Amino acid sequence: MEIGYYPGCALHGSSNDYEMSVRACLNVLDVQLRELDEWICCGATAAHALNRKLALALPARNLALAERNGMAEMLSPCPMCSMELIKAGQAVSQDAELRGELSEIVELEVHGSTSVLNLIQVFQKIGLDLLGKLGARSLEDFKPACYYGCLLTRPPETLRFDDCEQPNSMETILRAVGAEPVDWNYKTECCGAGMTMANEDTVLELSHRILTNAAAHGANCVVVACPMCHVNLDMKQADIERRYRVRHDMVVYYLSDLVGLALGLDEHSLGVDRHFVVKQ
Amino acid sequence: MARIGVFICWCGENIARNVDVEKVAEEVGTLPGVRCSVTYKYLCSDPGQALIREKIVDERLDGVVVASCSPHMHLKTFRTAAQNAGLNAYLVEMANVREHCSWVHEDRDKATVKAIDLVRMAVAKVLRSHALEPIRVPVTKRAMVIGGGVAGIQAALDIADAGYHVVLVERDPSIGGKMAGLSETFPTLDCSQCILTPRMVEVGQHANITLHTYSEVEAVEGYLGNFKVSIRKKARYVDINKCNGCGECWNVCPSKKNLSEFDFNMGMRKAIYVPFPQAVPARPVIDNDACIKLTKGKCGLCEKKCQPGAINFDDKDELVTEEVGAVVIATGYKPYDIGKEQENAQLSGYGEYGYDEHKDVIDSLQFERIVSASGPTGGQIQRPSDGGEPKTVVFISCVGSRDDAKGLSYCSKICCMYTAKHAMLYKHKVHDGVAHVFYMDIRSGGKSYDEFVRRAIEQDEAQYHRGRVSKITGENGKLIVRGVDTLAGEPVTIEADLVVLATAMRPADGVRDLARKLNVGYDEFGFLSESHPKLRPVETNAAGVFVCGACQGPKDIPEAVAQASAAAAKVQVMFSRDELAREPEVARVDEQICAACFTCVRTCPYTAIEEAEIRDRNDKLVKRTARVNPGLCMGCGTCLAVCPSKSIDLEGFTEQQVYAEVESLV
Amino acid sequence: MAEYMDVLPNQLIRLVQLDRADKAMKADAVWQCVSCLTCSTRCPKSVDCAGVIDALRQLSVEYEVASPRQRRTVLFQKAFLQNIRRHGRLNELELIAVFKTRSFIKDLDIPFLFKDSMLAPKMIKRRKFHLTGESVEDRGVVDRIFERCMSA
Repeated sequence: MEIGYYPGCALHGSSNDYEMSVRACLNVLDVQLRELDEWICCGATAAHALNRKLALALPARNLALAERNGMAEMLSPCPMCSMELIKAGQAVSQDAELRGELSEIVELEVHGSTSVLNLIQVFQKIGLDLLGKLGARSLEDFKPACYYGCLLTRPPETLRFDDCEQPNSMETILRAVGAEPVDWNYKTECCGAGMTMANEDTVLELSHRILTNAAAHGANCVVVACPMCHVNLDMKQADIERRYRVRHDMVVYYLSDLVGLALGLDEHSLGVDRHFVVKQ
Repeated sequence: MARIGVFICWCGENIARNVDVEKVAEEVGTLPGVRCSVTYKYLCSDPGQALIREKIVDERLDGVVVASCSPHMHLKTFRTAAQNAGLNAYLVEMANVREHCSWVHEDRDKATVKAIDLVRMAVAKVLRSHALEPIRVPVTKRAMVIGGGVAGIQAALDIADAGYHVVLVERDPSIGGKMAGLSETFPTLDCSQCILTPRMVEVGQHANITLHTYSEVEAVEGYLGNFKVSIRKKARYVDINKCNGCGECWNVCPSKKNLSEFDFNMGMRKAIYVPFPQAVPARPVIDNDACIKLTKGKCGLCEKKCQPGAINFDDKDELVTEEVGAVVIATGYKPYDIGKEQENAQLSGYGEYGYDEHKDVIDSLQFERIVSASGPTGGQIQRPSDGGEPKTVVFISCVGSRDDAKGLSYCSKICCMYTAKHAMLYKHKVHDGVAHVFYMDIRSGGKSYDEFVRRAIEQDEAQYHRGRVSKITGENGKLIVRGVDTLAGEPVTIEADLVVLATAMRPADGVRDLARKLNVGYDEFGFLSESHPKLRPVETNAAGVFVCGACQGPKDIPEAVAQASAAAAKVQVMFSRDELAREPEVARVDEQICAACFTCVRTCPYTAIEEAEIRDRNDKLVKRTARVNPGLCMGCGTCLAVCPSKSIDLEGFTEQQVYAEVESLV
Repeated sequence: MAEYMDVLPNQLIRLVQLDRADKAMKADAVWQCVSCLTCSTRCPKSVDCAGVIDALRQLSVEYEVASPRQRRTVLFQKAFLQNIRRHGRLNELELIAVFKTRSFIKDLDIPFLFKDSMLAPKMIKRRKFHLTGESVEDRGVVDRIFERCMSA
């Protein structure tokens, strides 16, 4: 199957290991990704913090491009991007005046007709049965704590994806490929998001709590579906360990990493060896 | 020639300020048929009414128009005045020149013109009015009370003590309702069962009360004063006349692990059980899903042990019909469920409190059973998870109430009070424990109520935090409760052993179906609709059907009891006469021209029209016709709108009258 | 984040209700918020609390009253937007360089300037380090979008 693809700045920047993982994994599952031509940044936190119109316009431009390219569905592996795209799409389809205004600003007609999917939804589309059937490697030693972060399930009225207090869509997928996800209490607690550069203390504190709780509930790794969460939990783990004088030794996988491993791919082609924290 | 009297009220300045009433009187006085046209300052006053009576007699009026306020206010007043002067009450019409004219317009000239139009319409109508007589309906002086909680019990006792027979229908195996399961009641901390059970016994022994427990209303026919209610008595599998309540059966029953409904799932019961020792009737029932004999055909120990031979595994549901004149609905409430499964899309459980999966997060009724001396823990405060004594308890108010996003928008009224009570009862039993209460507001507006809450805070040292709880998680056997104290401006995190949620009060299951059977309205939450929120709190728009207690809206025990007595009083008013009078403004079929298509029969929302036959002296069928039951008809007029042959008309609002009113304006 | 905030989110909302947004927008809290959206999700009245805080952020910059203690955060977000405006997509190295430099000019904090530099070799080793970033071909349309949104 072919599906549109919006990588976003992170996946083409320092989180390009995530893109590698997604591409490798979906390739094996016979999913062709058609990258959106001339996509621009969705605006991330900076746009919605500084200019409301811009926070709608930047994603609207991408939606318009997707529509022009005839994309009915588009994968956006970064939840910040997917949330902003979906939010803009809904705003545009519900308010005709806004639609007109944004279409003018972005110099293209936008209707909000493209369906934006996150990585979990793409796996759900492929089908859990198929994933289970194609499994080539056992994951029974993996006891992941599935970490959703903020923007996969919130805001619930906009995203309508999974339960925002007790989500389990990732767990369902991982169980289908043979892993044993644990039940824990920090599934949707924020990791500190984009504060990594500007307010590192906050990120270290919040991420430290997440890693601690995962371990306390018996997890031996953490699974994420967001590049920002990955940076805060993986790249900053050494700083967390230094600050709090603990050893977490917690490998942080992308969802596509574990699914890919289950399907028989090796760590190198998934980019797992490019993480900061690797399996001992 | 008609002799109509027109009376225009000044209503002080209410009408006269914006309507030139003298001008109206002058103009109207020239209309054909109008004999006299006068104004008066306050027509509803005694001298005002005297003026009307005088004019009726002096001018020999055969119709009256009063141009004043809304008919809702004084139509009855003026009709009575006319009746007293010898003029049929239904030859009086009103023109609303206050709410419909002077109160809503500012231009005096235009308002005066409009007032003249309104009076002209009323004159046109009354010229075509007929004298009508109230419809007399016989009344069966027996009442039915549906629901055997404290409200139902009170209503039943009041009516029975007044000398009328009462049929009390209760769905559970025993009467008593939620109050029987409470530990102590605020603000006196009386033992709940101690004050209720004497009443329950009275009901059980009262000569004038027929008690149908483990029963539900199946169908209702009839109308005010003449209801026929069929009741389904569910199979108990125990003959309560033979049974002597000795308890041998439940002692030997091997099916033990059944969650007790009376204990709100905090304890267990047998398959054959009496819900609590003071049950009325104190006779067991067999839960046919839990009974090994009924599900698998084995056991039957109870039958063998039963000396009077009261066990009957072949028992079936029985249908009983009761004829009553009035019905009182007292079906009570149930708590809001925080779980994931909900009955409709407007509600959603509280995922942040764990969706009912933490064993030590319970609701207020469950806490009552834990605290109650007759409860599953013998009154010892224990954590459901490990039986340990909780040293830190968190009480959370407004769970499901006042919550537009995932719950119900209303306030459940009693939770602030019972939460204070719970904090106190907890402290009285666990002296070294600490109770924390998270609240948004404190609602304690009854007699001694606020003092009661202060006692919880000042004497029993309950820690009150003004703020909500955002999340509860379970770590190492403790519950981590994250909330906030907005008065201090700080987040508050508490490691609790037990969390008690004050869940919203909702009407009991099945209330909507019951309401439909009785033609009673209900609001979006399922609370039954009273006729008027201020002045008619226990009547409904279905004549002869009354409501009381929590089924009408969240309330505490004193209010439920007061409403129950009020409903009983209304029933006694009904029963004080041998015949009841209904307003005669009902539909009537011209049976000669009715085409018997029966569209009206199908359309009538009150099922007041029946299919009838006209037969001659030799009992040969002449024609079929629709026939309105004047006892049931509410005068809504829907039948007129759908009748293709125009053979149905509404007394007091005939087609002729309505057309005349419209034409008078043209 | 509430435990770090000087003014709690519910107090920010209350200030706005009382027509005291001028006070609210000066709070540290406004820039400490990470937009996790938990507040809006939990609110029983469905108040978009996070949205109100976004608006306060925007106003604090417009009126130039953003809390001085949150200077770094404000600088970062502004630099981010400028970066996208220039290229259409984020150029991480350029952003970090600009942010660190501007930060340093304001507070002369040398450790902060060089703090994350040790990350560079580690990132290079993992092929996460890009000397240059991507740009879209039609940068003009991006600039015009920005112009239209920011001038209104």
